[in-house]
Amino acid sequence: MTLKKILELLKADSLCISDSQCMERNFEHISATDLMSDALALVQSDSEKTILVTGLVHAQSLRTAEMLDINVVIYVRGKTMSETDYNLAKEMGMNVFTTKSSMYDTCGILYSNGLLTAVV
Amino acid sequence: MIHQHFNVEKEDYANAGRISSQIKQMLKQLGVSSEVLRRIAISCYEAEINMIIHSYGGEVVLTLSAEGKCELRFSDMGPGIDDIEKAMTPGWSTAKASAREFGFGAGMGLPNIKRNCDEFDLVTSPAGTTLVIGFKVL
Repeated sequence: MTLKKILELLKADSLCISDSQCMERNFEHISATDLMSDALALVQSDSEKTILVTGLVHAQSLRTAEMLDINVVIYVRGKTMSETDYNLAKEMGMNVFTTKSSMYDTCGILYSNGLLTAVV
Repeated sequence: MIHQHFNVEKEDYANAGRISSQIKQMLKQLGVSSEVLRRIAISCYEAEINMIIHSYGGEVVLTLSAEGKCELRFSDMGPGIDDIEKAMTPGWSTAKASAREFGFGAGMGLPNIKRNCDEFDLVTSPAGTTLVIGFKVL
């Protein structure tokens, strides 16, 4: 599913766009966690097709995505980012979005629309 | 042959991951494959975070040999790991609340490092801990 479609389903807004082509990219897997160690330990899917969904608005969620070669992050519960984190996301080439949905609802919407876990 | 030192400060949460990011970029430019690079980045980041959370500070030394081996040495100034067997058990953690606030302290660090590297050596005492991990990059 394209990122554009995923963001429509989640009614998500953009916080930082580093790659103008990212909306047309297809994604298949979701890593949904607030524990960065879990993401680092468990994500096995193709990073090009994986999105990190988290409620952890911190430089370390961006760093974790960077280490996993993931460059799309969606924050849940309407969280936004600081100017420092925005600059860091730009530096990393990260694309960051926010949805007002809770983690539970976000995962439910994505799962029911065919997105799979990143723990394969 | 590359040999480079990076300093790690105790509880420097603001810069956590910066060294791992630099090392990842450096190795990427040298043409290390994405599969190996991801394992190195994950291991390096976990170990860097561990030093920031648990140690009094120390250094990371990156060595890339002409034979195609990448070695990362993490040496800190203490206080050491009380029980290595427990520290290697997934889910066991002594991390403070401050570490959990930024998504770490789940007790997955050392087991995850060991799973991702090709060589793993951990020596600890109250004077300091040294973790050496190796990867075949060629």
